[in-house]
Amino acid sequence: MSAEKLTFVYVTYIVSTPEKVFEAITRPEIARRYWAHENRSDWKPGSTWEHVGAEGSAKVMGNVIECTPPTRLVISWASPASFSDPAKHSRVTFDVTSYDGGMVRLTVTHDELETGSAMAAGISKGWPIVLSSLKSFLETGEPLNVFAKPKEAA
Amino acid sequence: MDADKVFKALGDATRRKLLDLLYEKNGQTLGELCGHLDMARQSATQHLGILEEANLVTTLRRGREKLHFINPVPLHEVYERWVRKFERERLSLLHDLKTELEGE
Repeated sequence: MSAEKLTFVYVTYIVSTPEKVFEAITRPEIARRYWAHENRSDWKPGSTWEHVGAEGSAKVMGNVIECTPPTRLVISWASPASFSDPAKHSRVTFDVTSYDGGMVRLTVTHDELETGSAMAAGISKGWPIVLSSLKSFLETGEPLNVFAKPKEAA
Repeated sequence: MDADKVFKALGDATRRKLLDLLYEKNGQTLGELCGHLDMARQSATQHLGILEEANLVTTLRRGREKLHFINPVPLHEVYERWVRKFERERLSLLHDLKTELEGE
């Protein structure tokens, strides 16, 4: 790990199946419900993918690096403005592992992030709530409000 | 997730300090973390084990190094379950009052 790049690792355990967790990330009509965004792609290595908000514009873009349903998805991650410059892409790896008791361990590793960048600040606030919302959605059918902010920060 | 493990892990000043250290700089080795704590490696390892058990810390191997990462997802779940749910408006007012009285 080079000194100027950041890595974050997020882990959550979900009572679900690897297939459902994988689909929740890759199928727009499911992601929309707990993430308030859709991840659109054909999920073939080399293809682009887009993270699209309700108003229809891409917030994040990248390339599909590896897609092995239902256990592993690796994508690059950039703001649309930085998409043309591969040096500005960070990388997100989703690892889905089956556990005893009908549980799945979902690990999201976001690395190659520029230290001090707005993207690093944004994702470190975003992933915990998105993953909590995903867990809540798959286990209870109820997502969380991913746009909620801590009261104290207002 | 096991909320008991999260609360137990948080119920210790050293372990909270470890989380603060990882929040400031994510992905530290045991040696780096010990450098900030007046503590033997063995005790630090035990504390990190409890944090890992609660899924508040996760580790990755990079070559020969084992790096520790803070995982705030369970904290968010506890927050949703035990803070947001109960009287958020009033908590916020109390927080504002405390801030004002303490002159922050």
